[in-house]
Amino acid sequence: MSYVPLTPMDLVLAAALLAINAAISWYFRLELERSLTIAAVRMVVQLALVALVLKLVFGQTSPVWTALMGLVMVLAAGVEVASRQHRRIAGWHVLGLSTATLLFVGMTITGLGVGVIIGPDPWYAPRYVLPILGMVLGNTMTAISLVLDTLTETAHRERNAIEARLALGARRYEAMSSVLHVALRTGMMPILNAMATTGIVALPGMMTGQILAGADPIEAAKYQVLIMFLIASATALGSFFGGLAGLLLLTDKRHRLRLDRIVEAR
Amino acid sequence: MLRVEHLQVGDLPPLTFEVADGECLAVEGPSGAGKSRLLRAIADLEPAHGQVFLDGAERNEMPAPQWRTHVRYSGAEPAWWTDTARPLFPTAARVDRLLGSVALDATVLDRPIAVLSTGERQRLALVRALIDEPKVLLLDEPTTALDPQAAALVEELIRFHVLSGRSAVLVSHDRGQIERVSHARLLLPKAAGGAATGERAA
Repeated sequence: MSYVPLTPMDLVLAAALLAINAAISWYFRLELERSLTIAAVRMVVQLALVALVLKLVFGQTSPVWTALMGLVMVLAAGVEVASRQHRRIAGWHVLGLSTATLLFVGMTITGLGVGVIIGPDPWYAPRYVLPILGMVLGNTMTAISLVLDTLTETAHRERNAIEARLALGARRYEAMSSVLHVALRTGMMPILNAMATTGIVALPGMMTGQILAGADPIEAAKYQVLIMFLIASATALGSFFGGLAGLLLLTDKRHRLRLDRIVEAR
Repeated sequence: MLRVEHLQVGDLPPLTFEVADGECLAVEGPSGAGKSRLLRAIADLEPAHGQVFLDGAERNEMPAPQWRTHVRYSGAEPAWWTDTARPLFPTAARVDRLLGSVALDATVLDRPIAVLSTGERQRLALVRALIDEPKVLLLDEPTTALDPQAAALVEELIRFHVLSGRSAVLVSHDRGQIERVSHARLLLPKAAGGAATGERAA
């Protein structure tokens, strides 16, 4: 396996390309220069820090450090889900439930994928565990956000229909069923699209990375298939638990719709 | 018999009243007084402190869905969630009879709900609320979208429901309707009305 290492100068050249974007933004008064610059700087700093941390963790191959790093990733993803909602469910519930779901889904799927299927030595090798956990969490996070957002938006819009069903004696699951369906479909949509079009429009990032690093395309494709399966099952699990928990938070034991628990994002 | 005890709805003082079998109680009060919320609270669709009994059984003694099959709320804006009304109505002579009593043809069930007129939807919603013969009917403005003839049919249907030994609580802005249909009135005080409880006038 061989690849061409990048020099700092290479990165500076690539950054110069960004200046073209800034120039266009300035010329058309899009006022994006500022956010563009901030985003670029953030990216560089974040990736540099992560690379340093990973280098440290990979050097240790310690289960404790790997678990700790994984936990930090789960928490960050949980906070992200909770803060992304347009209409938020009040209180700490969403943060709690999304973190719990991410922890559960991340552990089971990554554990199965790395520990059982890939089987590196040792099984907790951070070089395998952390990148895969990252991909699983990233996609599950997006799915839970979409599910919760769709659930609250649709429940808000369909309030009359849901309450009409409750008034006719429906249980909360029955009254919310069509809303839950819409939410779950929305949550699963990105991964379904990704699986259906992958490789035709663009090569997935991980596969590209492996090929650039000198891996055999067939081997890279096999890894990508594995990852897609892991991500798809994680997304499905995350959507399901997120949707169910969201439904329970939006209703109560007396089978009432509790839109009063939703607060608008500021 | 429906009995409401110290029911706390919104800013209203706690309300206590009864609706006997074979009786229709009209709820009156200024706009925004909380008439709809009162009905929703009785149906347990909205949390409210206090107690509501049906024939001696408190609402919390039974699962809410069961309570709502006996104490049926029919909202001011009837909502639908299927393309046609057919899946919501069992095939029964009783359904056809109910539809006929408010001048609806049975074919209305197979037409897309989106193309039905507001008045047709409102009458259809009332039939939907009555199919499983709830003991108490909570009606929120049941005839706002109806012409006088159709409104008269709906009033007749409400009267029939009450005459058959069940009861109703009616919210309506139509004075004439209240006089024609109800046996008793509950006057809701203004929201910040202090200690005055709901007054029941015969």
